[in-house]
Amino acid sequence: MEGFSVFLRKEWREAVRSNRLLVVAAVFLVLGIISPLTAKYTPELLKAIGTGQPGVVITFPTPTVNDAIAQFIKNVAGTGLFIAILLPMGMVAREKERGTAAFVLTKPLSRAAFLGAKLVALVALLAIGVALAAAITYIYTAILFEPMTVGGFIACSALVLLSLIVYGLLTFLGSTLVRSQLAAVGIGLAAWVLISIIGISPRAAQFTPAGLMDPASALARGTAPDHLWLSVVANIVLCVVLAGIAWLAFRRQELTGATE
Amino acid sequence: MAMANAISCDGLTKRYGDVLALDHLSLDVPAGVIFGFLGPNGAGKTTALRLFTGLAFPDSGSATIAGVDVATGDVSLHRRYSFLDQSPQYYGWMRGRELLAFVGELFGLRGAALRSRVDEVLALTGLTEGAKRRIGGYSGGMRQRLGLAQALINQPEVLFLDEPVSALDPEGRHDILEVIAGLRGRSTVFMSSHVLADIERVCDAVAIINKGRLVVSSTVAELQDRYAQPIFTFEPEPGQDERVQRLLAALREAAWAGEVVQEHGIVRVLARDTAQASSEILGLLAAHHVEVQRFERGRPSLEDIFLRLVGTESTEKATAE
Repeated sequence: MEGFSVFLRKEWREAVRSNRLLVVAAVFLVLGIISPLTAKYTPELLKAIGTGQPGVVITFPTPTVNDAIAQFIKNVAGTGLFIAILLPMGMVAREKERGTAAFVLTKPLSRAAFLGAKLVALVALLAIGVALAAAITYIYTAILFEPMTVGGFIACSALVLLSLIVYGLLTFLGSTLVRSQLAAVGIGLAAWVLISIIGISPRAAQFTPAGLMDPASALARGTAPDHLWLSVVANIVLCVVLAGIAWLAFRRQELTGATE
Repeated sequence: MAMANAISCDGLTKRYGDVLALDHLSLDVPAGVIFGFLGPNGAGKTTALRLFTGLAFPDSGSATIAGVDVATGDVSLHRRYSFLDQSPQYYGWMRGRELLAFVGELFGLRGAALRSRVDEVLALTGLTEGAKRRIGGYSGGMRQRLGLAQALINQPEVLFLDEPVSALDPEGRHDILEVIAGLRGRSTVFMSSHVLADIERVCDAVAIINKGRLVVSSTVAELQDRYAQPIFTFEPEPGQDERVQRLLAALREAAWAGEVVQEHGIVRVLARDTAQASSEILGLLAAHHVEVQRFERGRPSLEDIFLRLVGTESTEKATAE
């Protein structure tokens, strides 16, 4: 993969200078902070609103660490997936659209290295985001509830990250196939809708990113997860297939300058 | 001993839908020459450059650079050539020096060698002062200078330049053409341009293509000898349009005259029969009472030859753009 490390450094500098890293970090930090806070204070907030009405009695179970875990998965995997879909929309498409891909690929940089560096940069950005969210959730959960098992929560976060990587790769594939960032994000969103429809069937859902959420929750709670390896392997295979299709599409793709 | 070819292509053909962009182009470019690649807009120049540099793939035919088949897709071949796009686009968030360092690193340069080479190409292309500025704020001319700088960083064996001076002012054009001329003997330069005077000034040999087909490939001197019919040029005094038009009609009817063109008040007459033209043209001017500021007999320029080979219509389009 000639030129991989040089191009990866360029990708990293671009993520820093374009504030992409800052935005990802900030969004995931917020998602991480609000997860335990929502779990802790939402029942109290609803209770406070409800008790103002005559004759209304609302009872909520006392929130536990499991609620914080549920909120973490819902926020980071659920809301974070939009970051995962939006983040790679321009990664390849913008370079094709602006003509910089044509410029850089006439240098000693293989197409595999070009795509590989971008994939690594995408995974790194998502990993940083999830790690920040997980760290802040862990701290606030320990303060507001009780500490979670570190190993279990790390495994839970890794599954959440894997689900985001799958969604990210769907848009990344779109970005490789087309020249327009909007079309790329359209492909990512369409794929998300399709996966959501497939997920209506619990059996089929096990093979989708959504299928990782139950095992993630179980691991964080310290209980035995169902279909853990089935879902992990299925999603890793999905990642490999998506990256493979992207490579096959890009390998012989004709590139033009910005004006053509 | 025959000189090795730096660039060769044989039957290179490329179709985009219904458009035949390149039609069995066969061409040999000897090593060390500055080679001009001419043609009107849409002739297939950029398509050929994209096929040579691996950005597009031919439907049929083959191309080699420095003896290596382009179709192998071998990235190590990229170490041996450089390419400057007609509308160079770089990472706007980078600074000029940073981009050159990035390109140098892709070519394996590191440390002091990299810094020294970046300084060299910045000085060579007159971009030292602007090197610390963000590329996003560069003018078209600066971008083109940067484009040449990045193309020179690896001291390429073969340099592909697509309209390398199109965005430059006259001074910049002169400077960059000097840099290109200085590469003679060290690199093979394959340069497309619409500015025929530039090509004539720096190129040793040219190929002219039209509608994807090769029209002619030759040294500039051979081409001028081959189309050596003289050109008579005269500039009538203003305010005698009617007489000039009658003269032009008479010239067009003369058996010894070929193409007769009036552009910006200057009349150019290509002679088919040199001796007869020389003896009769002044008589025609006198007979039509056309007073002239200037009259001369000259060799055809590359532009005249291009115009003859490709046709007036195509040239007008190219000039307009």
